[in-house]
Amino acid sequence: MMETMNKTKDYFSRIYIYGRIWMLAALALFMAVPAFLSIYYDAWPHFHEFFLGFIGVAPTFWTVAIIEMFTYIPMLGVGGSYLGFVTGNLSNLKVPCAINAMSIAKAEAGTKEGEVVSTIAIAISSIVTTLIITLGVFLLFWIRPVLEAPVLAPAFANILPALFGALGVVMISRGWKIAVAPIVFMLALFIFVPGLASMVGILVPAGVVIAVLSARLLYKKGWL
Amino acid sequence: MTEFNVNSPLIYAVAAIVVVFVVSQSVFFLIRAWKQAKMMGMDQTKLRRIATSSAIFTIAPAIAILLGIITLSNALGLPTPWMRLSILGSITYELPAAEMAATATGESLSVRITDPRVYTTILWVMTLGIIPSLFLAPFFMKKIQSGVVKVGAKDKKWGEIFMTALFLGMISAFLGMIFSRTSEGITGWIPVFVMLCSAVLMAVLGIIYKKGKIAWLENYALPLSMLSAMALSIPITRWIGG
Repeated sequence: MMETMNKTKDYFSRIYIYGRIWMLAALALFMAVPAFLSIYYDAWPHFHEFFLGFIGVAPTFWTVAIIEMFTYIPMLGVGGSYLGFVTGNLSNLKVPCAINAMSIAKAEAGTKEGEVVSTIAIAISSIVTTLIITLGVFLLFWIRPVLEAPVLAPAFANILPALFGALGVVMISRGWKIAVAPIVFMLALFIFVPGLASMVGILVPAGVVIAVLSARLLYKKGWL
Repeated sequence: MTEFNVNSPLIYAVAAIVVVFVVSQSVFFLIRAWKQAKMMGMDQTKLRRIATSSAIFTIAPAIAILLGIITLSNALGLPTPWMRLSILGSITYELPAAEMAATATGESLSVRITDPRVYTTILWVMTLGIIPSLFLAPFFMKKIQSGVVKVGAKDKKWGEIFMTALFLGMISAFLGMIFSRTSEGITGWIPVFVMLCSAVLMAVLGIIYKKGKIAWLENYALPLSMLSAMALSIPITRWIGG
């Protein structure tokens, strides 16, 4: 019993160390790619061109990246976050996948069970994604006509509605009273300012803040 | 200068190294989390069901990522989008980043990139435009996570409500986004109808597996609802004329 507790403690303290090592290795590797290719082809960007391109995306996406960190780490746990931040596609794949897995396991996010289940789900999802896209890249000549068939276009154009419809039912059934305020706010916002659709990443924390504040209010009033 | 080609074996080799790294990290974390789950006494059959459900759940979004690779491949060839979409970011980031960089060099993504300097400019912008997640997360991870644990330890019920609120906050933003095209007329409602189909299917499957106590259905209800709603989007679109 004592040994199991020690090993459990061991896992949760070691996961930070493993995570840091993998993440810093990823940082070094991802930076090495453009550096190596610039050296190999003897083709470094002109600073003003790089800066123009960089300034066009960094203010938005650095903000989104920082916000995602504070929003998704509590949801995914330590192992899941270290993996999710390296492998990407968080809001459209990894976070919903982790929610699905925790819901099946009846494990709450933020608990030890939630942490390991979320890590398993994100690891499996990353491996399957990489496998599918790698196969896709090498078999593209044969599968491209199918993927780009006009008859399938609506299905691929509606992945997010199909994903968040089902996921919405799972989460709203857990606390519909908490869902009212953020959903009403977001519906009004997107209906009246449709141009914000491309900025959904930035609006996630706004939804989170509204949901947490309304949940706190409802909880204090004893309505939850 | 070495002759440049966006589909050169060298770029394929570089991309393959990055992809192998990402898979290795996933396998490493998977093995450790699985062992830990076993040690905590979690049911192996349940763990296998979680793994299978996660794999099935991933198929459709992964194919969408593959479509993103095709979009970028017209200008950047195949290995670069393969590498970029296997790591942090997503097509909603990679495409504007590549476009911004190409425009800054006076080029466009509508044609194949043949100038290595334009290519490396795009690659540097794509890499550095989203890098903070990698170098900031290791610094803040422990603080954020211990904050979450503290919330739960102080008041268990509020801790659970807090986590539900976090998820609902995120989902509300995406649910709202689905309504963003409704002002375009009836075709703008197609995503809303698809979302409703998926929600109704999920609710019906939820009732069936709860009433009928069909455990396996619970594991596949979400991917099944999602894939069925995607399939239904085809007749819906045809019917509405989108």
